[in-house]
Amino acid sequence: MKKFLAILSARNKEFFRDRAALSWNFMFPVLLLFAFGFMFSDESNSLYKVGLIKTSSESTQLQAQVSENKKAFESLKFIDFVAYQDVDKAIQKVDQHKIDLLVDFAQQQYWVNETSSKGYIVEQLLIGQHPNMQRSQTDGRAIRYVDWVMPGILGMNMMFSCLFGVGYVIVRYRKNGVLKRFQATPLTAFEFLSAQIVSRLLIVIAVTSILFIGCNFLLDFYVLGSVLDLLIVAILGASSMIALSLLIASKSSSEEFTGGLLNFASWPMMLLSGVWFSLEGAHPIVQKFSQIFPLTHILNASRDIMTDGASLYDVQYNLLVLAAMTLIFLALGSWMFNWGSERT
Amino acid sequence: MADLLQIKNLSKHYSETVAVDNISFNVPEGCCFGLLGPNGAGKTTTIEMMEGILKPTSGEILFEGKPLDKNYYQGVGIQFQHTAIQDFLTVKETLKLFANFYHKSLPIDELIELCALEEIISRDTRKLSGGQRQRLLLALAMLNDPKIIFLDEPTTGLDPQSRRNFWQLINNIKSQKKTILLTTHYMDEAESLCDEIVIVDQGHIIHQGTPTQMLKEHFDGVIISLPGEIKGALTNNQIDFETKNHRVEILSENIDSSIKFLLEHDISLDGLQVRSPNLEDLFIKLTGHQLRG
Repeated sequence: MKKFLAILSARNKEFFRDRAALSWNFMFPVLLLFAFGFMFSDESNSLYKVGLIKTSSESTQLQAQVSENKKAFESLKFIDFVAYQDVDKAIQKVDQHKIDLLVDFAQQQYWVNETSSKGYIVEQLLIGQHPNMQRSQTDGRAIRYVDWVMPGILGMNMMFSCLFGVGYVIVRYRKNGVLKRFQATPLTAFEFLSAQIVSRLLIVIAVTSILFIGCNFLLDFYVLGSVLDLLIVAILGASSMIALSLLIASKSSSEEFTGGLLNFASWPMMLLSGVWFSLEGAHPIVQKFSQIFPLTHILNASRDIMTDGASLYDVQYNLLVLAAMTLIFLALGSWMFNWGSERT
Repeated sequence: MADLLQIKNLSKHYSETVAVDNISFNVPEGCCFGLLGPNGAGKTTTIEMMEGILKPTSGEILFEGKPLDKNYYQGVGIQFQHTAIQDFLTVKETLKLFANFYHKSLPIDELIELCALEEIISRDTRKLSGGQRQRLLLALAMLNDPKIIFLDEPTTGLDPQSRRNFWQLINNIKSQKKTILLTTHYMDEAESLCDEIVIVDQGHIIHQGTPTQMLKEHFDGVIISLPGEIKGALTNNQIDFETKNHRVEILSENIDSSIKFLLEHDISLDGLQVRSPNLEDLFIKLTGHQLRG
């Protein structure tokens, strides 16, 4: 334990004393977040979106009436109609301004978000045609692009920090002989590696938390779920990334080669894990492929918690995948690890 | 003196080369043992196998009569030829970091004094000069009060003054009756520090013994050295000589008769030097090429 704590403390000192790298770790995500936040803050869409609850088991006569009412409303131009079966989910969409109005013609009821200007206009159109419908209102805030992209940017920063902050450092240590010097002491590979993991985990979680709290203060993110749950996702996600990095850096002493491997791992994640755009509309093969990346599971879980108020139980699939990835990468990385002294 | 380390039929093969080929020797306790040879002779490979860093292809290494085990590093100190220490730590922090790896360690203040680190104790290790860096690495090797200290070419790349200062530190350690295993390609270093030496070349041991014993065995007399190249007279006469670094070196058993011989042959004595044979001369005699390769 004494050896582990000594290496942990030395690594932490190295990180915090490297001012240039430290400031970049904080500045990079903040710059991205603000750039994207402002770039897309004025996103205007000329179309209106209305959700319609699907009718199912009503009598034929009633169905005919409902269908007639619907048809009349659906004939309005410049409105996109989206069908929903789950009323609660659809109401949440109204809450989040994802749709402007939700109408259930069978129950003669509609929902509108009173803070939505577009909702007000579509509501006027509806009551113009059907003045007797029952009004329900919600007051949820709109989900802005910045709310959606924030987990992506923090996740991406976490990914780079874990992959390059552990993998690159280990390869540099191996190349310049730091690892060999440690090898010539009673320090074991397990003690060394676990100290690297814990050090980076503490650093990444601290940096991500500070960024989240700081940016939340300025941008007031949309967070429906528990922040503690988000923290757990972040810890598990960072662990899987660090373990992946250890695996990538387990053998080589070439910074160029490892840099290539780290880029090979990080770029597809950055493009295909849903950092910048949702994969909902993507080709099913791309969606399936994205499941092999830890970042996909980090982002899916954190967005479900933030925007849908999901619990850890709801995102258990993502958490299990992240835990399994961590264990597999860690076992392989430790097994393949070498201190770098053996030449061929 | 009992043997602290025993090396038996040690070999190391890489895919296309044989770096060390079936060598055996013993390192007595309390001795400063030199492993000498030119660059690429197999010194570092041999010492790294003895340090437990490299795995031998075949052969056996015994420390205090037992094969190397996981506790080996508690009792040995190592200074590598090429190594770095973690960035952004001061000298003192580095010493403290390494002190945590051992069951017992020497007091830091004692090490600071032993390795003359007082002036640089708070300095970032990235800002150390070559000599200061080697002194810190020596302190790290001494930290656990080891039974044996491995020093792999510790003065390579240092200026003459730093080399001499480093020798003084090694002599201080020797006075504590520590066993030292030193590799070097500096013959003056080996002559000044080592009690016993092994000369290796191309993975083989070509000679073994104490420096005095070896020189006595192979040389009888002194070397007379003259500048320039002397042609004619010397080449046609029976005298043991060779040309090295633009000087003619004559191995003489009797200085008077050799000088008389030179004068008789009208050879100018301007720039004449007389010196005792050293290990470098021995190496050239044994292998036919210079020690520094």
